[in-house]
Amino acid sequence: MSIAEAAERARRATDQILADLATAEQGVVVDSPPGAGKSTLVVSAAAELARNGARVMLVGQTNEQVDDLIDRLAVDNPDTPIGRLSAGAYIPAERVARHQNVTARSGVADLVDHPLVIATAAKWAMLKEQDNPWPWAIIDEAYQMRSDSLLRIARLFDKALFVGDPGQLDPFSTVETERWLGLNWDPMSSAVAVLLTNNSHIPTRTLPVSWRLPASAATVVSAAFYPFTGFTSATEADDRRMRWNTRAFHPTDVDRALETAAETGWGLYELGHRHTLPTDADAVGACAELAARLLQRGAVTVSELSPEPRPVTADRIAIGVTRTVQTAAVKRALRELGVTDVVVDTANRLQGREFDVTIMLHPLSGRRDATAFHLEAGRLCVLASRHRHACIVVARAGIPELLDAHPSAEPVHLGVPVKFPDGWEAHQAFMAHLGQHRVCAA
Amino acid sequence: MTLLTALARVEAAAVGRAQRIRTVRHVHLSDRPLVLIPLQLAGEACAPLAAMVGDDPDKPRLLTVYEPRDRGKRFEFVADLAEVILAHLDGYIPANPAPGDAENGGSGGGASAGQVDPFPDAPQLIVPNPNAARYLRLLGRSARFRRVDGEYPVRPTVPLLGRWLTHYAERAEVPGSALMLPMTTALAEHWATGQSDLEDANLGALLGWIEPPPGQTGQQAARAAEDPLRCPPAGPATDPTFDNEVLQGRMQAIRDAATSGDAAAAHRAQAAMDAAVRDQLMPTWGLMWRGYALLAALPEAAHVAEHWSWDTRSFTDQVEWQRAGGAPQARRDNAVSAARRLASLERTAQRVAIHRAYDDPLVMAEYRLTGDAFAGTVIEADPTRQDTSGKKAKLRPWITVETSDEVLVEPDGPGLRSPARPAQEAAVIAVTAAAGRTRVLLELEKGMGRSLTPSPGSVPAVGEEVTYTTLKDEFQPSPGFPSREQTPWTHGGPPREYVPADDDAWESS
Repeated sequence: MSIAEAAERARRATDQILADLATAEQGVVVDSPPGAGKSTLVVSAAAELARNGARVMLVGQTNEQVDDLIDRLAVDNPDTPIGRLSAGAYIPAERVARHQNVTARSGVADLVDHPLVIATAAKWAMLKEQDNPWPWAIIDEAYQMRSDSLLRIARLFDKALFVGDPGQLDPFSTVETERWLGLNWDPMSSAVAVLLTNNSHIPTRTLPVSWRLPASAATVVSAAFYPFTGFTSATEADDRRMRWNTRAFHPTDVDRALETAAETGWGLYELGHRHTLPTDADAVGACAELAARLLQRGAVTVSELSPEPRPVTADRIAIGVTRTVQTAAVKRALRELGVTDVVVDTANRLQGREFDVTIMLHPLSGRRDATAFHLEAGRLCVLASRHRHACIVVARAGIPELLDAHPSAEPVHLGVPVKFPDGWEAHQAFMAHLGQHRVCAA
Repeated sequence: MTLLTALARVEAAAVGRAQRIRTVRHVHLSDRPLVLIPLQLAGEACAPLAAMVGDDPDKPRLLTVYEPRDRGKRFEFVADLAEVILAHLDGYIPANPAPGDAENGGSGGGASAGQVDPFPDAPQLIVPNPNAARYLRLLGRSARFRRVDGEYPVRPTVPLLGRWLTHYAERAEVPGSALMLPMTTALAEHWATGQSDLEDANLGALLGWIEPPPGQTGQQAARAAEDPLRCPPAGPATDPTFDNEVLQGRMQAIRDAATSGDAAAAHRAQAAMDAAVRDQLMPTWGLMWRGYALLAALPEAAHVAEHWSWDTRSFTDQVEWQRAGGAPQARRDNAVSAARRLASLERTAQRVAIHRAYDDPLVMAEYRLTGDAFAGTVIEADPTRQDTSGKKAKLRPWITVETSDEVLVEPDGPGLRSPARPAQEAAVIAVTAAAGRTRVLLELEKGMGRSLTPSPGSVPAVGEEVTYTTLKDEFQPSPGFPSREQTPWTHGGPPREYVPADDDAWESS
């Protein structure tokens, strides 16, 4: 598929959604695979609704997401006044402050003449009851929103557009209880799940093409994590290339892993089998070394955005991990190698972000067992779908065997829809593909 | 399982004895708890077979259902059990509310919860294991909707006990609550054994590890406890061999006697069944009081009294609700009450975890391993340092802590607290590495008195061992939820008014 064709398909999907909005009785749900233009859709839907005279409340889940969205909205709609509801102590980020048409206030009364008002769900929930509900709400990252959070803000609006990525991590709770399983309003499930259970007539649309993922990744991610809806890459294999400015002198295993990834889009840097703590020093060190070596060798990328080779700078590289202790350990290892600005974070916090190259410390690396937490499909999906060019996975050997030894044995509950894709199955599919790009560390 | 618990388990397996993983007791123990060991009939979700109950180790009371498959007999048993439990509960309820209280909270029709002063204490129920708690929840559910009139009437104490069992079972889900305490959970929280969590749910095996008989290792004692003849299961499920070889015969004898109408034979058969069931329950009864003594010997943690006050509050509110004629607890939560309960559970879980870390260096050690805390020695202190950048000079002492812990806090990161001085805030100014150790420069604020000289002891002195952590028990406003009538369309709209129905008593979970 050429880029023009992809753009045409995406445009048709967006037009359909905007038409749905005009006729919707209560709302529309839009499923967006990784990098499928979710923010673009939110921005055009907001502009469209505002053009028709409706005031729109926009709901993000974190302050970071809200600020990112403001930046996008303000660039595309420089003449529309945008209100940012925030806590009193909020200091606008640089990307928010640079827009003249954005006003940050702590109360909604100060923003009455702003057609677009945006805040986190937590901030919206603190608003007092008002006489006139907002005609429209746009809820971003709705699959990451817990249903109790939606319960707190649903009184504020008449109709809503829910946008999110169903393949990413489900919202979680710090308490474990089966008390509400199977109820139509389980407060621990996602906002979209509860919305659709109670309102089955609400249409669900899917965005069809991913602008972020390269062709090498779209097929793998689509098959493993979106087995029913699927999506394709907007670009073809030749549209995205990664090269090196230098040649390795005495290439090491790290070099071979980097070159495999540059060539095929995937790399598996496999360490010897061993049971380790989460902060496995070898694996953590390998993640840091891969990033450092990539910068040393001067990777450049060519893509549909720029036919001129662009260098891969440190801030375009992410190292994704599972636990916070691993974040700290990887950051320390990077410091020791003198590397700064590489983004290191857990899957939860990498959601919605995009990089040229990602390095992933596999959630099951070095583990003795595979628990539901480590098997969660969303976690792996987030880590495997942040990159535009290449993804390198660092793992101890033996993950397929570990999976075989721990088939998912989660109890099935009455009234709870079985979740697809199953994490165990997704892990197997992903590892089966990665196995073709293996480089064994000596 | 955390790293330190894993280590303690390995140690326990190596030395053959359970290892303490807590320095203090984190659960409240009543001076006079009511111990309750329920047994159920195999093959049905909620058919009671027997119970041993009492607050005196020397005077267990045995209640038996001679024909558990007869529903009438089941609820006679529940009524008998209610007699014992409600009498115990009554001992904690002040006879009449003080005259002023009725004025303050009477008119709200049960919604007055939180307005009446809590009772001085609440009755504690101790059961052998989490399964017993789950079983009592089901029993409470089947009893609380029963009618005292109409078809199949029951004694008025039956629905009342049902409400109380439901209340106790619901509290058991709340972190830090000790209103209904499963013994194996409480013990396993304080000792690590050399066996799996699943095996720890066997009270006999767990106590075998914690206190093996002289000359035996924990492994040997635990293995001995797996023999159902020497150590019958602590319930609610019974040993299948006992069911087949003993129970079946005794129940048959009771039926035969009933068919023949021979009163003397019936009496003999019932006595024989009592004896058989007592043999099953007595060993567990002894273990329960041994476990109680073990826990009681540990010093109580500082925050336990506060956690128990939440339990006392919940008990008081339930009494007030019943006095005001409130309905039994609904079978399911509606959208709003579920969200409220989840918010409160999450908040409580967080607070209890922080309290336990503040109370117990062994719990705090877990956070030191994950980088959420560090412990070290104060090597420099400037207790009278002032911040003069503003209009008015402010007291902002600086201290330098040297630690061998891994330090993950960074300058400009979140502020720190010390369990020794919880009111004081510490901001990280600088983190420097020094010969394999780390030095953290901290600026202190609050908790030092009002003048520009800190009150004595309020600033850590040079040489003092201190712990600083990112864990903070701070006030958070409780989140607002819509009222039940305002349940939004996204969650199915307002639910219908809840009216208890006979169907609610069905025993499926």
